[in-house]
Amino acid sequence: MSKGVAKSTAEPQGFSRWLLRGHSLGVFVFFYAPIVVLCIFSFNDSNAVGNWNGFTLGWYEALFDNDNIQSSIWVSVKVCVFSTVIAVVLGTAGALALERFRWWGQKAFDAVLYLPIIIPDVTMAVMMLVFFNEAAGWLDWIPGIDLQDGLEKLVLSHVAFNISFVSVVVRARLANLDASMEEAAADLYANRWQAFRRVTLPQIMPGVIGGALLAVTISLDDVVVSSFVSAVGGTPLSVFVFGMLRKGVSPLVNSVSVVMLAASMALVLASLVISRASGSEREER
Amino acid sequence: MAVDAPTRSPGDGPPVLEGTSEVATPGLEREAERAKARQGFLLGLPTIVYLLLFFVIPLGFVVAYSFATRTRSGRTELRDFNLDAYARLGDDIVMTVAWRSLWMAVVATLICLVLAYPLAYYISTRSPMVRNLMLVGVMIPFWSNFLIRTYAWRVLLDSDGLVTQAFEFIGLGDGRILFTSNAVILGLVYGYLPFMVLPLYAAIERIDWSLVEGARDLYASGWSAFRRVVWPLSRPGVIAGSILVFVPSFGAYVTPAILGGNKEGLLGSYIVLQFLSARNGPVGSAVSVVVLAVMLVATLVYFRSGGKNL
Repeated sequence: MSKGVAKSTAEPQGFSRWLLRGHSLGVFVFFYAPIVVLCIFSFNDSNAVGNWNGFTLGWYEALFDNDNIQSSIWVSVKVCVFSTVIAVVLGTAGALALERFRWWGQKAFDAVLYLPIIIPDVTMAVMMLVFFNEAAGWLDWIPGIDLQDGLEKLVLSHVAFNISFVSVVVRARLANLDASMEEAAADLYANRWQAFRRVTLPQIMPGVIGGALLAVTISLDDVVVSSFVSAVGGTPLSVFVFGMLRKGVSPLVNSVSVVMLAASMALVLASLVISRASGSEREER
Repeated sequence: MAVDAPTRSPGDGPPVLEGTSEVATPGLEREAERAKARQGFLLGLPTIVYLLLFFVIPLGFVVAYSFATRTRSGRTELRDFNLDAYARLGDDIVMTVAWRSLWMAVVATLICLVLAYPLAYYISTRSPMVRNLMLVGVMIPFWSNFLIRTYAWRVLLDSDGLVTQAFEFIGLGDGRILFTSNAVILGLVYGYLPFMVLPLYAAIERIDWSLVEGARDLYASGWSAFRRVVWPLSRPGVIAGSILVFVPSFGAYVTPAILGGNKEGLLGSYIVLQFLSARNGPVGSAVSVVVLAVMLVATLVYFRSGGKNL
Protein backbone atom coordinates (compact mmCIF):
# COMPACT_ATOMS: atom_id res chain seq x y z
CA MET A 1 0.00 0.00 0.00
CA SER A 2 1.18 3.46 -0.81
CA LYS A 3 -0.14 4.78 2.45
CA GLY A 4 3.10 6.33 3.56
CA VAL A 5 3.46 8.36 0.38
CA ALA A 6 -0.10 9.48 0.18
CA LYS A 7 -0.45 10.34 3.83
CA SER A 8 0.94 13.81 3.27
CA THR A 9 -2.20 14.68 1.31
CA ALA A 10 -4.28 13.68 4.32
CA GLU A 11 -2.65 16.33 6.44
CA PRO A 12 -4.29 19.70 5.92
CA GLN A 13 -1.97 22.62 5.56
CA GLY A 14 -1.58 25.95 7.27
CA PHE A 15 -4.33 27.33 9.40
CA SER A 16 -6.66 24.33 9.25
CA ARG A 17 -3.84 22.11 10.42
CA TRP A 18 -3.52 24.13 13.60
CA LEU A 19 -7.27 24.18 13.96
CA LEU A 20 -7.29 20.38 13.80
CA ARG A 21 -4.53 20.11 16.39
CA GLY A 22 -6.16 22.57 18.72
CA HIS A 23 -9.50 20.83 18.37
CA SER A 24 -8.03 17.41 19.16
CA LEU A 25 -6.27 18.78 22.20
CA GLY A 26 -9.51 20.45 23.26
CA VAL A 27 -11.44 17.18 23.06
CA PHE A 28 -8.89 15.41 25.21
CA VAL A 29 -9.11 18.22 27.76
CA PHE A 30 -12.89 17.80 27.65
CA PHE A 31 -12.45 14.06 28.32
CA TYR A 32 -10.10 14.36 31.24
CA ALA A 33 -10.54 17.77 32.89
CA PRO A 34 -13.74 16.84 34.77
CA ILE A 35 -12.04 13.72 36.09
CA VAL A 36 -9.01 15.71 37.26
CA VAL A 37 -11.21 18.28 38.98
CA LEU A 38 -13.13 15.50 40.73
CA CYS A 39 -9.86 14.00 41.98
CA ILE A 40 -8.58 17.34 43.24
CA PHE A 41 -11.76 18.13 45.10
CA SER A 42 -11.79 14.74 46.79
CA PHE A 43 -8.81 16.02 48.79
CA ASN A 44 -10.56 19.26 49.69
CA ASP A 45 -10.66 19.97 53.41
CA SER A 46 -14.12 21.48 53.37
CA ASN A 47 -17.73 20.40 53.57
CA ALA A 48 -18.64 22.75 50.78
CA VAL A 49 -17.51 21.38 47.48
CA GLY A 50 -16.79 24.45 45.39
CA ASN A 51 -14.18 26.25 47.45
CA TRP A 52 -10.67 24.98 48.00
CA ASN A 53 -9.85 24.90 51.66
CA GLY A 54 -6.62 22.96 51.97
CA PHE A 55 -5.50 19.38 51.50
CA THR A 56 -6.83 16.45 53.51
CA LEU A 57 -7.04 12.69 53.30
CA GLY A 58 -9.97 12.77 55.69
CA TRP A 59 -12.60 11.82 53.13
CA TYR A 60 -10.68 8.70 52.23
CA GLU A 61 -10.44 7.75 55.89
CA ALA A 62 -14.16 8.35 56.26
CA LEU A 63 -14.66 6.04 53.32
CA PHE A 64 -12.89 3.17 55.01
CA ASP A 65 -14.77 3.74 58.25
CA ASN A 66 -18.15 3.60 56.57
CA ASP A 67 -19.72 0.19 57.18
CA ASN A 68 -22.29 0.55 54.41
CA ILE A 69 -19.59 1.23 51.88
CA GLN A 70 -17.47 -1.64 53.15
CA SER A 71 -20.27 -4.18 52.93
CA SER A 72 -21.34 -3.00 49.48
CA ILE A 73 -17.75 -3.35 48.29
CA TRP A 74 -17.93 -6.98 49.35
CA VAL A 75 -21.13 -7.54 47.42
CA SER A 76 -19.50 -5.99 44.35
CA VAL A 77 -16.40 -8.13 44.64
CA LYS A 78 -18.35 -11.38 45.05
CA VAL A 79 -20.69 -10.65 42.15
CA CYS A 80 -17.80 -9.57 40.01
CA VAL A 81 -15.66 -12.65 40.65
CA PHE A 82 -18.44 -15.20 40.08
CA SER A 83 -19.93 -13.47 37.07
CA THR A 84 -16.55 -12.94 35.43
CA VAL A 85 -15.48 -16.56 35.79
CA ILE A 86 -18.72 -17.87 34.30
CA ALA A 87 -18.79 -15.24 31.57
CA VAL A 88 -15.21 -15.92 30.55
CA VAL A 89 -15.82 -19.67 30.18
CA LEU A 90 -19.09 -19.25 28.29
CA GLY A 91 -17.91 -16.27 26.25
CA THR A 92 -14.70 -18.00 25.15
CA ALA A 93 -16.55 -21.18 24.21
CA GLY A 94 -19.05 -19.12 22.24
CA ALA A 95 -16.26 -17.23 20.48
CA LEU A 96 -14.51 -20.46 19.49
CA ALA A 97 -17.73 -22.03 18.29
CA LEU A 98 -18.43 -19.03 16.07
CA GLU A 99 -14.96 -18.38 14.80
CA ARG A 100 -13.61 -21.90 14.23
CA PHE A 101 -16.68 -23.89 13.18
CA ARG A 102 -19.53 -23.71 10.71
CA TRP A 103 -22.84 -24.96 11.97
CA TRP A 104 -26.54 -24.58 11.55
CA GLY A 105 -28.04 -21.63 13.48
CA GLN A 106 -24.71 -19.91 13.78
CA LYS A 107 -25.95 -16.64 12.29
CA ALA A 108 -28.82 -16.41 14.75
CA PHE A 109 -26.51 -17.12 17.67
CA ASP A 110 -24.11 -14.48 16.41
CA ALA A 111 -26.89 -11.88 16.31
CA VAL A 112 -28.19 -12.72 19.78
CA LEU A 113 -24.65 -12.56 21.13
CA TYR A 114 -24.38 -8.93 19.99
CA LEU A 115 -27.67 -7.81 21.46
CA PRO A 116 -26.64 -7.48 25.13
CA ILE A 117 -23.96 -5.01 24.03
CA ILE A 118 -26.20 -2.60 22.17
CA ILE A 119 -29.37 -2.97 24.21
CA PRO A 120 -29.94 0.07 26.46
CA ASP A 121 -29.22 -0.58 30.15
CA VAL A 122 -32.72 0.18 31.24
CA THR A 123 -34.25 -2.35 28.87
CA MET A 124 -31.87 -5.02 30.08
CA ALA A 125 -32.70 -4.10 33.67
CA VAL A 126 -36.43 -4.34 33.03
CA MET A 127 -35.95 -7.70 31.34
CA MET A 128 -34.14 -9.12 34.33
CA LEU A 129 -36.64 -7.68 36.81
CA VAL A 130 -39.63 -9.10 34.97
CA PHE A 131 -37.89 -12.41 34.40
CA PHE A 132 -36.95 -12.95 38.03
CA ASN A 133 -40.47 -12.00 39.06
CA GLU A 134 -42.06 -14.51 36.75
CA ALA A 135 -39.51 -17.28 36.77
CA ALA A 136 -38.72 -17.33 40.49
CA GLY A 137 -40.92 -20.40 40.93
CA TRP A 138 -39.20 -22.66 38.49
CA LEU A 139 -35.67 -21.28 38.86
CA ASP A 140 -35.74 -22.42 42.46
CA TRP A 141 -35.82 -25.95 41.10
CA ILE A 142 -32.27 -25.62 39.87
CA PRO A 143 -30.09 -26.88 42.72
CA GLY A 144 -27.90 -24.29 44.36
CA ILE A 145 -29.96 -21.34 43.20
CA ASP A 146 -31.81 -19.38 45.80
CA LEU A 147 -33.46 -16.32 44.34
CA GLN A 148 -34.36 -14.80 47.68
CA ASP A 149 -30.75 -13.83 47.80
CA GLY A 150 -30.04 -10.83 45.59
CA LEU A 151 -26.50 -12.06 45.04
CA GLU A 152 -27.49 -14.85 42.67
CA LYS A 153 -29.76 -12.61 40.63
CA LEU A 154 -26.90 -10.14 40.31
CA VAL A 155 -24.48 -12.83 39.16
CA LEU A 156 -26.95 -14.35 36.69
CA SER A 157 -27.73 -11.00 35.08
CA HIS A 158 -24.13 -9.80 34.99
CA VAL A 159 -23.13 -13.02 33.22
CA ALA A 160 -25.88 -12.38 30.66
CA PHE A 161 -24.28 -9.16 29.43
CA ASN A 162 -20.65 -10.03 30.10
CA ILE A 163 -20.69 -13.15 27.90
CA SER A 164 -21.07 -10.84 24.92
CA PHE A 165 -18.23 -8.52 25.86
CA VAL A 166 -15.85 -11.41 26.54
CA SER A 167 -16.71 -13.15 23.29
CA VAL A 168 -16.21 -9.97 21.25
CA VAL A 169 -12.70 -9.52 22.65
CA VAL A 170 -11.78 -13.19 22.26
CA ARG A 171 -13.15 -13.28 18.72
CA ALA A 172 -11.05 -10.29 17.75
CA ARG A 173 -8.03 -12.22 18.92
CA LEU A 174 -9.09 -15.44 17.20
CA ALA A 175 -9.73 -13.68 13.91
CA ASN A 176 -6.12 -12.51 13.91
CA LEU A 177 -4.76 -16.00 14.45
CA ASP A 178 -4.05 -18.47 11.76
CA ALA A 179 -6.08 -21.64 12.19
CA SER A 180 -3.24 -23.57 10.57
CA MET A 181 -1.45 -24.05 13.90
CA GLU A 182 -4.45 -25.91 15.28
CA GLU A 183 -4.65 -27.94 12.11
CA ALA A 184 -0.98 -28.80 12.37
CA ALA A 185 -1.62 -30.03 15.90
CA ALA A 186 -4.47 -32.15 14.62
CA ASP A 187 -2.21 -33.54 11.90
CA LEU A 188 0.22 -34.54 14.60
CA TYR A 189 -2.49 -36.67 16.20
CA ALA A 190 -3.39 -34.23 18.97
CA ASN A 191 -7.02 -34.70 19.89
CA ARG A 192 -9.32 -31.68 20.01
CA TRP A 193 -8.78 -31.06 23.69
CA GLN A 194 -5.00 -31.33 23.47
CA ALA A 195 -4.93 -29.05 20.44
CA PHE A 196 -7.05 -26.54 22.32
CA ARG A 197 -5.06 -26.65 25.54
CA ARG A 198 -1.60 -26.71 24.00
CA VAL A 199 -2.06 -24.57 20.90
CA THR A 200 -5.23 -22.49 20.80
CA LEU A 201 -5.52 -21.49 24.45
CA PRO A 202 -1.98 -20.09 24.84
CA GLN A 203 -2.49 -18.09 21.67
CA ILE A 204 -5.85 -16.60 22.64
CA MET A 205 -4.85 -16.07 26.28
CA PRO A 206 -4.26 -12.31 25.86
CA GLY A 207 -7.78 -12.03 24.48
CA VAL A 208 -9.22 -14.13 27.29
CA ILE A 209 -7.47 -12.10 29.99
CA GLY A 210 -8.34 -8.83 28.27
CA GLY A 211 -11.97 -9.94 28.05
CA ALA A 212 -11.95 -11.01 31.69
CA LEU A 213 -10.62 -7.64 32.85
CA LEU A 214 -13.25 -5.93 30.76
CA ALA A 215 -15.93 -8.13 32.32
CA VAL A 216 -14.63 -7.22 35.77
CA THR A 217 -14.85 -3.52 34.91
CA ILE A 218 -18.32 -3.75 33.45
CA SER A 219 -19.57 -5.79 36.38
CA LEU A 220 -18.15 -3.36 38.94
CA ASP A 221 -19.46 -0.33 37.03
CA ASP A 222 -22.95 -1.56 36.25
CA VAL A 223 -25.60 0.51 37.97
CA VAL A 224 -28.89 0.19 36.18
CA VAL A 225 -29.27 -3.57 35.90
CA SER A 226 -27.88 -4.06 39.40
CA SER A 227 -30.22 -1.56 40.99
CA PHE A 228 -33.16 -3.45 39.48
CA VAL A 229 -32.17 -6.90 40.68
CA SER A 230 -30.30 -6.36 43.95
CA ALA A 231 -32.07 -7.01 47.24
CA VAL A 232 -32.27 -4.50 50.08
CA GLY A 233 -29.14 -4.77 52.17
CA GLY A 234 -27.28 -6.55 49.39
CA THR A 235 -26.56 -3.68 47.04
CA PRO A 236 -23.25 -3.55 45.22
CA LEU A 237 -21.05 -0.46 45.58
CA SER A 238 -22.13 1.14 42.30
CA VAL A 239 -25.80 1.04 43.30
CA PHE A 240 -25.04 2.36 46.77
CA VAL A 241 -23.00 5.20 45.31
CA PHE A 242 -25.72 5.98 42.76
CA GLY A 243 -28.10 6.46 45.67
CA MET A 244 -25.63 8.87 47.29
CA LEU A 245 -24.92 10.73 44.04
CA ARG A 246 -28.56 11.43 43.40
CA LYS A 247 -28.83 13.22 46.70
CA GLY A 248 -26.15 15.63 45.59
CA VAL A 249 -22.51 16.55 45.77
CA SER A 250 -20.57 15.80 48.93
CA PRO A 251 -16.88 15.33 49.65
CA LEU A 252 -17.42 11.74 50.78
CA VAL A 253 -19.11 10.91 47.48
CA ASN A 254 -16.15 12.48 45.73
CA SER A 255 -13.67 10.20 47.45
CA VAL A 256 -15.73 7.06 46.78
CA SER A 257 -16.06 8.15 43.18
CA VAL A 258 -12.35 8.66 42.77
CA VAL A 259 -11.64 5.20 44.17
CA MET A 260 -14.19 3.61 41.82
CA LEU A 261 -12.98 5.55 38.82
CA ALA A 262 -9.33 4.77 39.55
CA ALA A 263 -10.10 1.05 39.84
CA SER A 264 -12.12 1.14 36.66
CA MET A 265 -9.49 3.03 34.68
CA ALA A 266 -6.66 0.80 35.89
CA LEU A 267 -8.59 -2.31 34.85
CA VAL A 268 -9.43 -0.85 31.46
CA LEU A 269 -5.83 0.15 30.87
CA ALA A 270 -4.62 -3.33 31.84
CA SER A 271 -7.22 -4.91 29.59
CA LEU A 272 -6.22 -2.72 26.65
CA VAL A 273 -2.52 -3.33 27.11
CA ILE A 274 -2.91 -7.10 27.40
CA SER A 275 -5.44 -7.69 24.65
CA ARG A 276 -3.79 -5.24 22.27
CA ALA A 277 -0.39 -6.81 22.68
CA SER A 278 -1.50 -8.54 19.48
CA GLY A 279 -1.76 -5.18 17.75
CA SER A 280 1.88 -5.20 16.70
CA GLU A 281 1.48 -8.60 15.05
CA ARG A 282 -1.46 -7.29 13.10
CA GLU A 283 0.50 -4.35 11.77
CA GLU A 284 3.18 -6.58 10.35
CA ARG A 285 0.76 -8.26 8.02
CA MET B 1 -6.81 -24.12 6.09
CA ALA B 2 -3.77 -24.35 3.89
CA VAL B 3 -1.85 -26.95 5.84
CA ASP B 4 -4.00 -29.84 4.70
CA ALA B 5 -1.40 -32.02 3.04
CA PRO B 6 -2.41 -33.07 -0.46
CA THR B 7 0.29 -35.77 -0.38
CA ARG B 8 -1.44 -37.67 2.37
CA SER B 9 -2.59 -41.02 1.06
CA PRO B 10 -5.73 -42.74 2.31
CA GLY B 11 -5.01 -45.00 5.23
CA ASP B 12 -2.22 -42.75 6.36
CA GLY B 13 -3.90 -42.23 9.71
CA PRO B 14 -7.13 -40.73 10.96
CA PRO B 15 -8.97 -38.62 8.38
CA VAL B 16 -8.17 -34.95 8.58
CA LEU B 17 -11.05 -33.08 10.09
CA GLU B 18 -10.32 -29.63 8.84
CA GLY B 19 -10.41 -28.11 5.42
CA THR B 20 -11.49 -29.36 2.08
CA SER B 21 -8.86 -31.81 0.98
CA GLU B 22 -9.00 -32.60 -2.69
CA VAL B 23 -8.02 -36.22 -2.27
CA ALA B 24 -10.59 -37.12 0.35
CA THR B 25 -13.63 -38.88 -1.03
CA PRO B 26 -16.77 -36.71 -1.07
CA GLY B 27 -18.56 -39.01 1.36
CA LEU B 28 -15.82 -38.90 3.94
CA GLU B 29 -15.52 -35.20 3.51
CA ARG B 30 -19.19 -34.59 4.11
CA GLU B 31 -19.07 -36.87 7.11
CA ALA B 32 -16.12 -34.96 8.51
CA GLU B 33 -17.82 -31.65 7.88
CA ARG B 34 -20.91 -32.82 9.66
CA ALA B 35 -18.84 -34.03 12.59
CA LYS B 36 -17.17 -30.67 12.77
CA ALA B 37 -20.45 -28.80 12.64
CA ARG B 38 -21.69 -30.98 15.48
CA GLN B 39 -18.60 -30.22 17.54
CA GLY B 40 -19.01 -26.51 16.96
CA PHE B 41 -22.63 -26.62 17.99
CA LEU B 42 -21.82 -28.64 21.14
CA LEU B 43 -19.07 -26.20 22.04
CA GLY B 44 -21.46 -23.28 21.71
CA LEU B 45 -24.36 -25.09 23.37
CA PRO B 46 -23.82 -24.01 27.02
CA THR B 47 -23.57 -20.39 25.90
CA ILE B 48 -26.64 -20.72 23.71
CA VAL B 49 -28.62 -22.25 26.57
CA TYR B 50 -27.48 -19.54 28.95
CA LEU B 51 -28.41 -16.68 26.61
CA LEU B 52 -31.71 -18.38 25.82
CA LEU B 53 -32.55 -18.68 29.51
CA PHE B 54 -31.27 -15.38 30.79
CA PHE B 55 -31.56 -13.11 27.80
CA VAL B 56 -34.02 -14.29 25.15
CA ILE B 57 -36.68 -15.53 27.57
CA PRO B 58 -36.48 -12.35 29.69
CA LEU B 59 -36.89 -10.38 26.46
CA GLY B 60 -39.96 -12.49 25.68
CA PHE B 61 -41.39 -11.74 29.12
CA VAL B 62 -41.03 -7.98 28.58
CA VAL B 63 -42.88 -8.27 25.27
CA ALA B 64 -45.55 -10.41 26.95
CA TYR B 65 -45.83 -7.91 29.82
CA SER B 66 -46.53 -5.09 27.39
CA PHE B 67 -49.73 -6.90 26.39
CA ALA B 68 -50.62 -8.07 29.90
CA THR B 69 -53.20 -6.87 32.38
CA ARG B 70 -52.46 -4.72 35.38
CA THR B 71 -54.51 -5.54 38.46
CA ARG B 72 -55.76 -2.80 40.75
CA SER B 73 -53.10 -3.63 43.31
CA GLY B 74 -50.39 -2.90 40.75
CA ARG B 75 -49.50 -6.50 39.90
CA THR B 76 -49.02 -7.48 36.30
CA GLU B 77 -50.79 -10.67 35.32
CA LEU B 78 -50.13 -12.58 32.16
CA ARG B 79 -53.74 -13.00 31.04
CA ASP B 80 -56.37 -11.20 28.94
CA PHE B 81 -53.76 -9.93 26.56
CA ASN B 82 -54.62 -6.49 25.20
CA LEU B 83 -53.23 -3.32 23.67
CA ASP B 84 -54.11 -0.98 26.55
CA ALA B 85 -50.49 -0.24 27.41
CA TYR B 86 -49.74 0.72 23.83
CA ALA B 87 -52.81 2.96 23.77
CA ARG B 88 -51.33 4.77 26.76
CA LEU B 89 -48.27 5.61 24.69
CA GLY B 90 -50.33 8.32 22.98
CA ASP B 91 -50.83 10.13 26.30
CA ASP B 92 -49.44 13.64 26.54
CA ILE B 93 -46.97 12.73 29.28
CA VAL B 94 -45.47 9.87 27.31
CA MET B 95 -45.36 11.86 24.10
CA THR B 96 -43.63 14.76 25.85
CA VAL B 97 -40.96 12.44 27.23
CA ALA B 98 -40.61 10.65 23.89
CA TRP B 99 -40.15 13.89 21.93
CA ARG B 100 -37.72 15.21 24.49
CA SER B 101 -35.73 11.96 24.29
CA LEU B 102 -35.71 12.03 20.52
CA TRP B 103 -34.69 15.67 20.39
CA MET B 104 -31.94 15.34 23.01
CA ALA B 105 -30.61 12.15 21.45
CA VAL B 106 -30.47 13.80 18.02
CA VAL B 107 -28.77 16.93 19.34
CA ALA B 108 -26.28 14.89 21.39
CA THR B 109 -25.50 12.71 18.36
CA LEU B 110 -24.90 15.74 16.12
CA ILE B 111 -22.65 17.43 18.67
CA CYS B 112 -20.70 14.20 19.11
CA LEU B 113 -20.29 13.90 15.37
CA VAL B 114 -19.00 17.46 15.05
CA LEU B 115 -16.57 16.98 17.94
CA ALA B 116 -15.46 13.48 17.04
CA TYR B 117 -14.91 13.70 13.30
CA PRO B 118 -11.92 16.07 13.33
CA LEU B 119 -10.40 14.17 16.25
CA ALA B 120 -10.82 10.80 14.53
CA TYR B 121 -9.35 12.29 11.38
CA TYR B 122 -6.42 13.70 13.30
CA ILE B 123 -5.76 10.40 15.11
CA SER B 124 -5.85 8.34 11.94
CA THR B 125 -3.25 10.56 10.26
CA ARG B 126 -0.72 10.19 13.10
CA SER B 127 2.24 7.83 13.21
CA PRO B 128 1.40 4.36 14.62
CA MET B 129 2.92 5.12 18.02
CA VAL B 130 1.08 8.40 18.58
CA ARG B 131 -2.05 6.88 17.11
CA ASN B 132 -2.08 4.01 19.60
CA LEU B 133 -1.46 6.35 22.52
CA MET B 134 -4.32 8.61 21.47
CA LEU B 135 -6.59 5.62 20.93
CA VAL B 136 -5.90 4.40 24.44
CA GLY B 137 -6.67 7.94 25.58
CA VAL B 138 -10.10 7.65 23.97
CA MET B 139 -10.72 4.06 25.04
CA ILE B 140 -10.14 4.65 28.74
CA PRO B 141 -13.18 6.90 29.07
CA PHE B 142 -15.00 4.56 26.63
CA TRP B 143 -14.90 1.67 29.07
CA SER B 144 -14.46 3.26 32.49
CA ASN B 145 -17.16 4.06 34.98
CA PHE B 146 -19.95 5.96 33.25
CA LEU B 147 -21.75 6.87 36.46
CA ILE B 148 -18.73 8.53 38.02
CA ARG B 149 -17.80 10.31 34.82
CA THR B 150 -21.28 11.80 34.72
CA TYR B 151 -21.05 12.72 38.38
CA ALA B 152 -17.81 14.63 37.68
CA TRP B 153 -19.92 17.10 35.69
CA ARG B 154 -22.32 17.42 38.55
CA VAL B 155 -19.38 18.60 40.66
CA LEU B 156 -18.38 21.11 37.98
CA LEU B 157 -21.89 22.39 37.36
CA ASP B 158 -23.00 22.61 40.97
CA SER B 159 -24.16 26.04 42.11
CA ASP B 160 -20.73 26.74 43.56
CA GLY B 161 -18.92 24.53 41.08
CA LEU B 162 -16.02 25.60 38.90
CA VAL B 163 -17.93 26.03 35.64
CA THR B 164 -20.57 28.13 37.30
CA GLN B 165 -17.94 30.30 38.97
CA ALA B 166 -16.01 30.62 35.73
CA PHE B 167 -19.13 31.74 33.87
CA GLU B 168 -19.81 34.42 36.42
CA PHE B 169 -16.17 35.47 36.48
CA ILE B 170 -15.99 35.97 32.72
CA GLY B 171 -19.30 37.74 32.86
CA LEU B 172 -21.18 35.32 30.67
CA GLY B 173 -24.05 35.69 33.06
CA ASP B 174 -25.71 32.96 34.98
CA GLY B 175 -23.81 29.75 34.35
CA ARG B 176 -26.25 27.60 36.22
CA ILE B 177 -27.20 24.96 33.74
CA LEU B 178 -27.51 22.08 36.22
CA PHE B 179 -30.95 20.45 36.07
CA THR B 180 -31.70 21.90 32.64
CA SER B 181 -31.92 20.10 29.32
CA ASN B 182 -28.56 21.63 28.38
CA ALA B 183 -26.90 19.86 31.29
CA VAL B 184 -28.43 16.56 30.20
CA ILE B 185 -27.23 17.03 26.63
CA LEU B 186 -23.78 17.95 27.90
CA GLY B 187 -23.77 14.77 30.01
CA LEU B 188 -24.86 12.63 27.06
CA VAL B 189 -22.18 14.12 24.83
CA TYR B 190 -19.53 13.63 27.48
CA GLY B 191 -20.64 10.09 28.22
CA TYR B 192 -20.98 8.83 24.67
CA LEU B 193 -18.40 10.84 22.72
CA PRO B 194 -15.87 7.95 22.71
CA PHE B 195 -18.58 5.77 21.14
CA MET B 196 -18.48 8.15 18.18
CA VAL B 197 -14.72 8.58 17.95
CA LEU B 198 -13.80 4.89 17.74
CA PRO B 199 -15.95 3.76 14.79
CA LEU B 200 -15.12 6.99 12.96
CA TYR B 201 -11.46 6.32 13.48
CA ALA B 202 -11.86 2.75 12.24
CA ALA B 203 -13.54 4.01 9.06
CA ILE B 204 -11.16 6.88 8.33
CA GLU B 205 -8.10 4.81 9.07
CA ARG B 206 -9.15 2.33 6.38
CA ILE B 207 -9.31 4.99 3.65
CA ASP B 208 -6.84 4.56 0.84
CA TRP B 209 -5.21 7.98 0.80
CA SER B 210 -3.97 7.60 -2.74
CA LEU B 211 -7.58 8.30 -3.76
CA VAL B 212 -7.34 11.67 -2.05
CA GLU B 213 -4.03 12.24 -3.74
CA GLY B 214 -5.66 11.41 -7.05
CA ALA B 215 -8.39 13.94 -6.38
CA ARG B 216 -5.83 16.60 -5.53
CA ASP B 217 -3.86 15.79 -8.69
CA LEU B 218 -7.05 16.42 -10.62
CA TYR B 219 -7.16 19.94 -9.13
CA ALA B 220 -9.74 19.26 -6.44
CA SER B 221 -9.41 21.74 -3.61
CA GLY B 222 -8.72 20.35 -0.14
CA TRP B 223 -12.31 20.91 0.81
CA SER B 224 -13.84 19.29 -2.24
CA ALA B 225 -11.44 16.33 -1.97
CA PHE B 226 -12.74 15.88 1.55
CA ARG B 227 -16.37 16.28 0.58
CA ARG B 228 -16.22 14.04 -2.50
CA VAL B 229 -13.73 11.38 -1.34
CA VAL B 230 -13.03 11.22 2.39
CA TRP B 231 -16.52 11.92 3.66
CA PRO B 232 -18.28 9.28 1.50
CA LEU B 233 -15.65 6.70 2.36
CA SER B 234 -16.00 7.39 6.08
CA ARG B 235 -19.78 7.15 6.03
CA PRO B 236 -19.96 3.62 7.55
CA GLY B 237 -18.13 5.04 10.58
CA VAL B 238 -20.48 8.03 10.74
CA ILE B 239 -23.49 5.73 10.73
CA ALA B 240 -22.03 3.29 13.25
CA GLY B 241 -20.95 6.07 15.61
CA SER B 242 -24.29 7.86 15.33
CA ILE B 243 -26.13 4.68 16.25
CA LEU B 244 -23.83 3.96 19.16
CA VAL B 245 -24.52 7.46 20.52
CA PHE B 246 -28.17 7.74 19.57
CA VAL B 247 -29.42 4.42 20.95
CA PRO B 248 -28.14 4.76 24.53
CA SER B 249 -29.02 8.49 24.60
CA PHE B 250 -32.58 7.74 23.55
CA GLY B 251 -33.04 5.32 26.45
CA ALA B 252 -30.85 7.20 28.93
CA TYR B 253 -31.56 6.97 32.61
CA VAL B 254 -28.39 7.65 34.59
CA THR B 255 -27.48 10.96 32.91
CA PRO B 256 -30.85 12.67 33.40
CA ALA B 257 -31.04 11.27 36.92
CA ILE B 258 -27.78 12.96 37.89
CA LEU B 259 -27.70 16.09 35.73
CA GLY B 260 -31.35 16.66 34.92
CA GLY B 261 -32.94 16.54 38.33
CA ASN B 262 -36.46 15.20 38.23
CA LYS B 263 -37.86 17.31 35.47
CA GLU B 264 -35.71 16.43 32.48
CA GLY B 265 -36.32 12.68 32.39
CA LEU B 266 -35.88 10.71 29.20
CA LEU B 267 -37.52 7.47 28.11
CA GLY B 268 -35.18 5.44 30.30
CA SER B 269 -36.24 7.47 33.32
CA TYR B 270 -39.87 6.99 32.37
CA ILE B 271 -39.46 3.22 32.19
CA VAL B 272 -37.80 3.14 35.62
CA LEU B 273 -40.58 5.31 37.00
CA GLN B 274 -43.24 2.96 35.66
CA PHE B 275 -41.62 -0.11 37.17
CA LEU B 276 -40.32 1.14 40.49
CA SER B 277 -42.76 3.90 41.47
CA ALA B 278 -45.98 3.73 39.48
CA ARG B 279 -45.94 -0.06 39.51
CA ASN B 280 -47.29 -0.18 36.01
CA GLY B 281 -45.51 -3.12 34.40
CA PRO B 282 -47.44 -3.14 31.11
CA VAL B 283 -46.82 0.54 30.29
CA GLY B 284 -43.18 0.30 31.36
CA SER B 285 -42.79 -2.78 29.18
CA ALA B 286 -44.53 -1.16 26.21
CA VAL B 287 -42.11 1.79 26.36
CA SER B 288 -39.21 -0.67 26.65
CA VAL B 289 -40.46 -2.48 23.55
CA VAL B 290 -40.52 0.85 21.68
CA VAL B 291 -36.95 1.61 22.77
CA LEU B 292 -35.95 -1.88 21.68
CA ALA B 293 -37.64 -1.42 18.32
CA VAL B 294 -35.74 1.83 17.77
CA MET B 295 -32.53 0.02 18.65
CA LEU B 296 -33.27 -2.83 16.24
CA VAL B 297 -34.17 -0.49 13.39
CA ALA B 298 -30.98 1.48 13.99
CA THR B 299 -28.93 -1.72 13.97
CA LEU B 300 -30.56 -2.93 10.77
CA VAL B 301 -29.83 0.42 9.13
CA TYR B 302 -26.24 -0.03 10.18
CA PHE B 303 -25.89 -3.53 8.73
CA ARG B 304 -27.74 -2.50 5.56
CA SER B 305 -25.30 0.35 5.07
CA GLY B 306 -22.47 -2.14 4.89
CA GLY B 307 -21.34 -2.28 8.50
CA LYS B 308 -20.01 -5.63 9.63
CA ASN B 309 -19.49 -5.41 13.32
CA LEU B 310 -20.00 -2.87 16.03
